[in-house]
Amino acid sequence: MLQDKDRIFTNLYGFEDSGLAGAQARGDWDGTAAIMAKGQDWIIDEMKASGLRGRGGAGFPTGMKWSFMPKKSDGRPSYLVVNADESEPGTCKDREILRNDPQKLIEGCLLAGFAMRAIAAYIYIRGEFIQERRRLQAAVDEAYAAGLIGKNACGSGYDFDVYVHHGAGAYICGEETALIQSLEGKKGQPRLKPPFPAGVGVWGCPTTVNNVESIAVAPTILRRGASWFAGLGKPNNTGTKLFCISGHVNRPCNVEEEMGIPLKELIEKHCGGVRGGWDNLLAVIPGGSSVPMLPKAICDDLPMDFDTLRGHRSGLGTAAVIVMDKSTDLIKAIARLSKFYKHESCGQCTPCREGTGWMWRVMERMVVGKAEPEEIDTLLEVTTQIEGHTICALGDAAAWPIQGLFRHFRPVVEQRIADYKARNASRPVAAE
Amino acid sequence: MSHGVAPAGPFEQPATFEFNAENKALADVIIARYPAGRQQSAIVPLLDIAQRQCGGWLPRAAMEYLSALLGMAPIRVYEVASFYTMFNMAPIGKHLVQVCTTTPCWLRGSDEVLAACKSKLGIGINQTTKDEMFSLMEVECLGACVNAPMVQINDDYYEDLTAEKTDAILDALARGETPAAGPQNGRQMSCPEGGPTTLTTLKAGE
Repeated sequence: MLQDKDRIFTNLYGFEDSGLAGAQARGDWDGTAAIMAKGQDWIIDEMKASGLRGRGGAGFPTGMKWSFMPKKSDGRPSYLVVNADESEPGTCKDREILRNDPQKLIEGCLLAGFAMRAIAAYIYIRGEFIQERRRLQAAVDEAYAAGLIGKNACGSGYDFDVYVHHGAGAYICGEETALIQSLEGKKGQPRLKPPFPAGVGVWGCPTTVNNVESIAVAPTILRRGASWFAGLGKPNNTGTKLFCISGHVNRPCNVEEEMGIPLKELIEKHCGGVRGGWDNLLAVIPGGSSVPMLPKAICDDLPMDFDTLRGHRSGLGTAAVIVMDKSTDLIKAIARLSKFYKHESCGQCTPCREGTGWMWRVMERMVVGKAEPEEIDTLLEVTTQIEGHTICALGDAAAWPIQGLFRHFRPVVEQRIADYKARNASRPVAAE
Repeated sequence: MSHGVAPAGPFEQPATFEFNAENKALADVIIARYPAGRQQSAIVPLLDIAQRQCGGWLPRAAMEYLSALLGMAPIRVYEVASFYTMFNMAPIGKHLVQVCTTTPCWLRGSDEVLAACKSKLGIGINQTTKDEMFSLMEVECLGACVNAPMVQINDDYYEDLTAEKTDAILDALARGETPAAGPQNGRQMSCPEGGPTTLTTLKAGE
């Protein structure tokens, strides 16, 4: 188990002072200028060596992402945009950073922004996080007043601004190009890539979009060294990670643990176990609503990391673990996610706009069993026609939970359909 | 994207709108955050301020005022205002009760929380009470899943709810009180109930 001395988010639960003085007492903003003095290349190399993979869901190597930014300006400024539009069902980790450890994020903005030669960072926070936005703005104001950001940030000679921006209710704005559109004051509809944001991002300028957690862990990695971070977890799946465990556990919580921790240990150590005991477990959605569920048999021995979960045709995603015990109607649980994706589709691409609604309506019929057995294959075929045929990954995200349900629990749906038929066969049919 | 809470009854669009002095100053600060010529970026934050000034909804005059202020075509403002779910196009109740029913909340009993809201307030989803005190919405994941089930009421999250605790909060609001936000089961934010399993050795050990 990860030791407290290796935990990055030491005020995760807000027991301590979240203000600047408290943050500095916990080690934030210690020697920031000295880190910057080592230069942009050193920072990016160190981030690459740490093995940090993006914490927003896709798991792309963070240091490599930073290295895509132009080293020489063609006259356009570069920007860092922080994705704090936390909306993936099950996920509630960035909220804790925003309200309890905001200085880690702000220091991370400076170091990441400096490394990619950006002039400013825009932190895009979801509209509903109103108290968190106020808390973050207060933290930014405190950092400016202390000379940590702004002109000659930390006395480094580098000028860097940090701005707080917010949305107003749209899951799709968590997709990086939709987020950029939204930041430009438009509807949050994703753009085609290429051009990639590192070439043409916000206001047509080079831009990198990173998740809150990815940026907030950077200062600690740079202070303690890439080898420290890379020594935690497993090769290609290094470091610590914030896990959000929700659903049918005795004590749902957020917790920072080592990458690769077995799922059972995570739940039993920090959440008081599955409600009714481990044997009462039915299935787990291991990385936020978009990733396919896994049945108990796989969960019994399941290291929580990117590569292992990919190997089981699921994903670590945001490390939002949604636990479902044997009382759960899995068909209904997934139908509710289908409704979510239908609600959140931006409407731009036909397969997603029409397909998410179609899938939801079929799933609702399957909840009651009012379907033909052949419709299962039709539904699965439609998921593959949506998946990969849209501008952004929302179409994929809507398809995967349904695919996961049928991959592992198809007989449950077939039984539901058979039961419905049996119930209704005994009733007299009305004359037509 | 379909959304919209029905008002309690017929309402009129005000003929004009402008920011009050305090909000005008705030708008200037916000516009200055974006590069010169990119003031359109401020539209969502300014729509939020305008909605607050109008008591929770966006009259057409407010959107037209912002289109002039930011140099945007009115249609660009309308389409932004209608794209994001937090903008209301008609007057709503003083307290906007938003019940999350997405799967993580549903697994922990959001059906009971929603039923408690309906029965206590005597209205359905997307409706407003006759006295214009409450509006009720069903919303998608609000990002507080380990504190499920939860509702957002205006600017605050009420977490770790039961039907009884929901009733108590709505009663307190109806009496004009401000019930304490956050977890309703006494725990600290997203820490495991009963106390942390981590971060316990820092003070003693380091």
